[in-house]
Amino acid sequence: MATVEHSDGAHSAGVEDGVRRRDFINIAAVSAAGVAGLATLYPLLNQMNPSADVLALASTEIDISAIKPGQAVKTIFRKQPLFVRHLTPDEIKQANQVSMSELRDPQSLAERTKPGKAQWLVTMGVCTHLGCVPLGAGEGENRGPFGGYFCPCHGSAYDTAARIRKGPAPKNLEVPDYSFKSDTIITVGKAA
Amino acid sequence: MSFSWAKAYEPKHPLMRWLDQRLPLPRLVYGAVGGGYPVPRNLNYWWNFGVLAGLALAIQIVTGIVLAMHFVASGDQAFQSVEAIMRDVNEGWLLRYVHANGASFFFIVTYIHIFRGLYFGSYKAPRELVWMLGLVILLLMMATAFMGYVLPWGQMSFWGAKVITGLFSAIPVVGPSVQQWLLGGYAPDQATLNRFFSLHYLLPFVIAGVVILHIWALHIPGSSNPTGVEVQDEQDTVPFHPYYTAKDGWFAGLMLTLFAVVTFYAPNYLGHADNYIQANPLSTPAHIVPEWYFWPFYAILRAFTADFILPAKLWGVIAMFSAIILLFFLSWLDPSPVRSGNYRPTFKWFFWILVIDVLVLGFCGGSPAEEPYVMISQLATMYYFAHFLIILPIISWTEKTRPLPRSITASVLHGEAAEAAPIDLSGHGPATAH
Repeated sequence: MATVEHSDGAHSAGVEDGVRRRDFINIAAVSAAGVAGLATLYPLLNQMNPSADVLALASTEIDISAIKPGQAVKTIFRKQPLFVRHLTPDEIKQANQVSMSELRDPQSLAERTKPGKAQWLVTMGVCTHLGCVPLGAGEGENRGPFGGYFCPCHGSAYDTAARIRKGPAPKNLEVPDYSFKSDTIITVGKAA
Repeated sequence: MSFSWAKAYEPKHPLMRWLDQRLPLPRLVYGAVGGGYPVPRNLNYWWNFGVLAGLALAIQIVTGIVLAMHFVASGDQAFQSVEAIMRDVNEGWLLRYVHANGASFFFIVTYIHIFRGLYFGSYKAPRELVWMLGLVILLLMMATAFMGYVLPWGQMSFWGAKVITGLFSAIPVVGPSVQQWLLGGYAPDQATLNRFFSLHYLLPFVIAGVVILHIWALHIPGSSNPTGVEVQDEQDTVPFHPYYTAKDGWFAGLMLTLFAVVTFYAPNYLGHADNYIQANPLSTPAHIVPEWYFWPFYAILRAFTADFILPAKLWGVIAMFSAIILLFFLSWLDPSPVRSGNYRPTFKWFFWILVIDVLVLGFCGGSPAEEPYVMISQLATMYYFAHFLIILPIISWTEKTRPLPRSITASVLHGEAAEAAPIDLSGHGPATAH
């Protein structure tokens, strides 16, 4: 293999300030291969992220007219359970009586509902601990010591505003993006 | 291989000589597990479990490959295809029960193998890398077993996947994105099932590769032995074949008999009835528990119930992973030059307390998340970490160990009583020589 080393004399092409052309080629080639290698890695890793059809899940419309005070329904949003609960005046009072300092993830009921619709509590049915479905939405299910939801997996208890009160879960049940399309229909999802 | 007196491979048949000069594969096998690997002559039965773990891996790979010929990795069909394996595929019930119970068998022998290493100091120099590669195998086994359990797409499969990937959501900032990346969606679904199947098929071969490294690293210093005294000359060793191939062979027969008894008479004893219900994303089983081999770690995960700087959930996850990660540093946490627990009277006690502690953790991990199990898990978790981080370093500095035998041969020839006798300090040579 012919290399620069074989040419003799200080006049050999490519030697400038002690840097040979071959050094430059070497570093450039290895760098290019490195960058190309990293660029190849990206699609190999990114293919595991949610695919377009999963991301494109349309927003969900829910008719809430049949839910009586004190009742809740369990439905599906983005393949996960969603709780829609019609709070009774008593439950709203209970939620508002709690002082913020007692809460692990301080939020008032008003912050977790829409203005003038404090009786409609819409949350994901996914425990913020490890993702189980808490009980309390279905008829006759255990609502736990705070009258909201109770996760049977590791004993997290949520209050009537679905805020975490006891147990290992770090956060309140998540309130998704939603809006009232009319008084009886809500649209859940970003597209709303 | 490891010792100068190791017998060299000498092919007799002309064909084998021809092969040896071109591809010395028989030479490699001869030196690794044949007459060319000298092994300490005093190994007890605890040294049989490494070979058994290799056998279990082989069983899992063979049954797994044939099960994959019938399994359908689809959210709609996975559960039905597993039922079809159980009912319609010829001998499918046998293959699946062997594969499912084979995982338990694999973990049983591996855990015994690990505790053997803990008691006899197999993690100490010069075998630190053997130990660490073994831990890598354990981590790979756990990942493989977890993903395999998801494939039948029953209730426990689904909720196990949700809870375990939920662990990653505890990581600050990037956690939720990591979980979505692992699942390929917001909840376990088609994408999750497919990738778990792909990885569940891949990882056993990665394990096989690390097993080769594990054995390679082992064969540099050679096997340890119950005295912890290194091999000094040829009379301390016997060739692996026929001595240990015979001993391993008969012991494998014994263990396979036990395995067969479980597989044929109680094939679902170690499983959960809930996993015979198809996955339902809207209904959580009342009592989610992983398979028994994860119970001690699950108990550690659930032992953290209060926030302290970091959220409780993150502490649980950190502690669970630390429980294994800290074992990588064992050689430095326990710098005592005496390897074998037989010569470490204080260590020996604490070793057995640790065994009980891990069993207690296992029991709590399989129980519901309520008192008194939460409190017991918390105490047992504290003890687990205290054992490795506090007790072990203190013992290794303060303990007065019993005198070691001069050599493996001396310990064998003079029997147990003389082996324990102190070296004569009056200068007349070792007392054991009389």
